[in-house]
Amino acid sequence: MKKLINKPEDVVKEELEGMVLAYPSMVKVSLEPKFVYRADAPVQGKVALISGGGSGHEPMHGGFVGKGMLDAACTGEVFTSPTPDQMLEAAKKVNGGAGILYIVKNYTGDVMNFEMAADLARSEGMKVQNILIDDDVAVKDSLWTAGRRGVGTTVIAEKITGAGAEKRYDLTKVADLCRRVNANGRSMGLALTSCTVPAAGKPTFELGDDEIEMGIGIHGEPGRTRMKMKSADELTEMLALSIIEDGDYSRTVHEWDEKKGEWVDVTLVNKAFKAGDQVIAFVNGMGGTPAIELQIIYRKLHEVCEKKGLKIARNLIGSYITSLEMQGASITLVRADQEMLELWDAPVKTPGLRWGI
Amino acid sequence: MPASVGDVVRWLSKMIDVIHENKEYLTELDSAIGDADHGINMDRGFQAIAKKLPELGNMTDIGAILKACGMTLITTVGGASGPLYGTAFLQAGTALVGKQELEPADLLIAGEAALKGIVMRGKANLGDKTMVDALTPAMAALKEALAAGANAAEALEKASAAAETGMKGTIPVQARKGRASYLGERSIGHQDPGATSSFLLVRTMAEIADEVGF
Repeated sequence: MKKLINKPEDVVKEELEGMVLAYPSMVKVSLEPKFVYRADAPVQGKVALISGGGSGHEPMHGGFVGKGMLDAACTGEVFTSPTPDQMLEAAKKVNGGAGILYIVKNYTGDVMNFEMAADLARSEGMKVQNILIDDDVAVKDSLWTAGRRGVGTTVIAEKITGAGAEKRYDLTKVADLCRRVNANGRSMGLALTSCTVPAAGKPTFELGDDEIEMGIGIHGEPGRTRMKMKSADELTEMLALSIIEDGDYSRTVHEWDEKKGEWVDVTLVNKAFKAGDQVIAFVNGMGGTPAIELQIIYRKLHEVCEKKGLKIARNLIGSYITSLEMQGASITLVRADQEMLELWDAPVKTPGLRWGI
Repeated sequence: MPASVGDVVRWLSKMIDVIHENKEYLTELDSAIGDADHGINMDRGFQAIAKKLPELGNMTDIGAILKACGMTLITTVGGASGPLYGTAFLQAGTALVGKQELEPADLLIAGEAALKGIVMRGKANLGDKTMVDALTPAMAALKEALAAGANAAEALEKASAAAETGMKGTIPVQARKGRASYLGERSIGHQDPGATSSFLLVRTMAEIADEVGF
């Protein structure tokens, strides 16, 4: 294993120490327990957005903390969910009195830890909602699995929801907005190479020199198929069509019912894309992919969308939700209405995403 | 003879050792179908309990001791096993609040509360290839043995045997929960790491109960 690290056990701590030195006007960090939070927190009267997850996906989530996006991000060990004490302390630190929204990627550990954190925060008098992101179409069978994984739509949801909170939407409206972004988002990725978790010291999975994993998860989870390498155009078309031609997707998730005061099962449906939809198109690098290749992917994605009647209203191209040094890419399409586009365009100033300021 | 606070500390102490000894084994099982961290995470949590053990041994309320263990696991383990085992200890502790010593029947009360907590948190059913597959038959065996008049050590021995059978029963099964579920049919043929750690903990309870004559 060759990595620019000091000691595997210090990777997360030293990353946070670097961040606060690099962006003191945007973020502060807590090391015990670990989380990144807005330099001007708490923002009074604003719903506080908190996300988090295992490390190794940078700039997500810590890099998205700042004005117009997240109020705090809880960082777990590499590819391991953070714990409820981090999420609770982060909530106390950024609580501006208007409630807390936990944005949670759909992984068993993350879901359970954020549910426990929400219960703890409520017991301390805070209003809390948890919204899941589950957009990875590579997972076909939701009845026999833990459901679709949360991937690229997370970035879009954090940006749009963050802008809504900045406009002082109340907690219900912010939660509805986040759920709506997720209900309109779909993603799929592929890997050309594996990645190595620092503490493990060896690659998470093996891939032959001429093989790719189609439908890879962001922790190296297996996808739909392992196949021979193909051209960028062919692979882009496979990803894009898997997303665009994915049918309606229904599943049951746990959400907190404020009126009943308990967790309830809610059935959510993502409607399939159809000609005439306008979308935000996001081409994401997995960490080890050169920017030049992402543009080649975008070129083909644009063509496929046009052919299918989807209008790309906005785009985002770059490595924003990564898997350490993995070579590969993912595509996310989010159907966007006018309000979502306006919120997308709203100013944002974070270490990882900045415009309009 | 009822179990004392000292016996509970012995249980915890042995659990800490057993998890540490099996750290690599559990991680290896997890690397086949999960994300290769179960042993590492469990050991981090039980080592954190080890640090608190002297303090816990000075407490008189067994329920409070178990609740403190639960909170420690929740805040140190991470992943899915942190909330699941943490909830199990919290619920067991809540069921035993105020008890300064335990009768055999208390094992069942605590064990059933723990299992209920795990099912509530993880929403797993029997046969999903999870820790529930080891713990559900274990609790059934414990209940049956106690009803038939067995002492705690005998009943826990039956529970341990049932947990082991349940654990082995996860091998031919396809995972439906957690990260292993994404493997689909490729998860068949591997023993579930969570069911394995659950069996190890039940077996430890049986061994210590026998040693202390509970």
